[in-house]
Amino acid sequence: MATTASTTPALARAGQVLRDNPVVPLILLLAALVGLLEILQPGIFNERWAGNTIRFAIPLAMLAACQTLTMLTGGIDLSAGMVATISAFVMATMTPLVGAPAAIALALLPAVLIGVVNGFGVGICRVHPLIMTLGTGLIGTGCLQVYQRYVIATGSEIPALFEWLGTGRTYGTPNALVLFVPFAALILWGQRRTGFGRLLYALGSNEHATRLSGVRAWQVQLALYTLSGLIAGLTGLLYVGIIRAPSLSLANSLMLPSVAAAVIGGTSIFGGRGSYSGTIVGAVILTVLGTLLTLLQIPEGGRRILFGAIILVVTALYVRIIDQD
Amino acid sequence: MIRGVARNGWALGLLALLLLLLIVTRIIQPGFGASGLDSLARAALPFAFAAVGMGIVVIAGGIDLSIASIMAVAGVTAAVLMQGAGDAMAVPIMAFVLLVGAAMGALNGLLIVLTRVPDIVVTLAMLFVWEGVALLILNAPGGAATPWLRQVIVGSVALPGVPPEVTAWLPKSFVVLIACVFIVWLPLRRSRLGLSIYAIGSDQNAAFRSGVPVRTTRVAAYALAGLFAALGGLSITLSTGIGEPIPGPYLLASVAAVVLGGIALTGGVGGLVAPIIAVFILRLVRLDLTLLSVDPNVTTIVEGAIMVAVVMAGGLLMMRGKR
Repeated sequence: MATTASTTPALARAGQVLRDNPVVPLILLLAALVGLLEILQPGIFNERWAGNTIRFAIPLAMLAACQTLTMLTGGIDLSAGMVATISAFVMATMTPLVGAPAAIALALLPAVLIGVVNGFGVGICRVHPLIMTLGTGLIGTGCLQVYQRYVIATGSEIPALFEWLGTGRTYGTPNALVLFVPFAALILWGQRRTGFGRLLYALGSNEHATRLSGVRAWQVQLALYTLSGLIAGLTGLLYVGIIRAPSLSLANSLMLPSVAAAVIGGTSIFGGRGSYSGTIVGAVILTVLGTLLTLLQIPEGGRRILFGAIILVVTALYVRIIDQD
Repeated sequence: MIRGVARNGWALGLLALLLLLLIVTRIIQPGFGASGLDSLARAALPFAFAAVGMGIVVIAGGIDLSIASIMAVAGVTAAVLMQGAGDAMAVPIMAFVLLVGAAMGALNGLLIVLTRVPDIVVTLAMLFVWEGVALLILNAPGGAATPWLRQVIVGSVALPGVPPEVTAWLPKSFVVLIACVFIVWLPLRRSRLGLSIYAIGSDQNAAFRSGVPVRTTRVAAYALAGLFAALGGLSITLSTGIGEPIPGPYLLASVAAVVLGGIALTGGVGGLVAPIIAVFILRLVRLDLTLLSVDPNVTTIVEGAIMVAVVMAGGLLMMRGKR
């Protein structure tokens, strides 16, 4: 067997390393990007810049959690961006009317609802998640526009809590970490240590086998998409605290990067493989990449092409690696 | 044989539903006549082309999520090129746009074949890429459409020897749609390529073992989808007069029309007539809601809900079929 090992193609060996610990090469890539940025604009790398990068990477990483979790089962949640926008808008417009705590609860309601509908469509009606979540996102857009006309006169206000989380700093580190660190710890723990997390991997690796082992797949999927909706809603609340201006397309620009972040982070879009730790690094990489693209004055169209190309190239590489097993 | 009857039965059922909806429309709006039919056909044109393109790919066992973005690229390319160009240039521009559309579709197919990544993932990535391309070509809605070309899809057909009262009921855009679809699809379906498209859709391995060039056929199917998407994009530009770089809701609408039109999402089954009827049904529902003076945003919600419900029902039916 030693001879076959020595003739293993370089790509497969690199793939092996990448698969065993995807975070290591990702951090190297991140360091390279920061280095490139420092060369292009000397002096850009300082504490303030790092804080800002982390601040903007956090909502992206949270939205990418939706994609990571759903991708583990071979799905995807394209309604996440719209859900985040809806939650943010509902909270901002409801706060002047009913006060912050009630507004937050009201804001998370449509998020959970859309999640339940997604879960129903995917788990019970067996619609492809992509089409299902795209459809609910479209319906959500329509609902938001109708809702918007009823609250146009109330004005908007962002609760102090989220403003503090979004824009404040404590000892130079952004306050959003107060929300994000427990969140990430919970997701990582849930993925690795709980039965639900293992079921996600199981469904993604071989759905048929999982069903035959007595798992009720629809229950898992219903719970998963509901959770994804809830996370997306929470992301929206945090993001509006950062941006401080609710709009009808607030978090839509995060949608595409959130898919890209999960894919870069080593989560397989076919399911069964991936971890949230990679996604977090992926989100930071994309934020740094965004700064780089702004610095190079790449227009919006170019960015989209680049993100699409990243998804395609990374997935194609994974397919090659899997084929060589 | 039985399947053939069933397939026609599906189309006939849809046709009956369409007629029923037309009657309902007539009851809601007694003035609904030739001009209403004309605007309906014009509004349905891009949706119908999208559904036809999607239908071909789905029959071949794939799915093209980038179809709306390809339409956007084709639309803005046409708008940018036609702005300031003379009347005589319109035809070469149109040919060029259609060629570009087919090339974009072929690139989708090539990437699927070469990378061996599933269709749904590749076309998802290409959705973003083509969207970006459209934005690079035209950053905001703009450009123009050649006026005489716009007349091709506005108004009704004038046939020599037929009284205008009769031809008024035949909108030009409908004739354009039928002509484009049937000039391309009818000969194709009878050809070797058409047979191969159905073959790779119903069972790729069996098709491969019977000597069907699976890879070439797949690329051809996507190229055809690109061609029809380009036709759809052109028709948007022609009917609005400007190019719009942000893709419309054509992806979901085309999937819904394909499902409602009886094409199985697993591939290999179905024709293209029923999806076109399905497009008209979906458009007519929207028109009825508008005539009932429902808020346009509510109409969007209802329409989205119908499409999602259709796709869900399709999923349930597919499951039942498998058992």
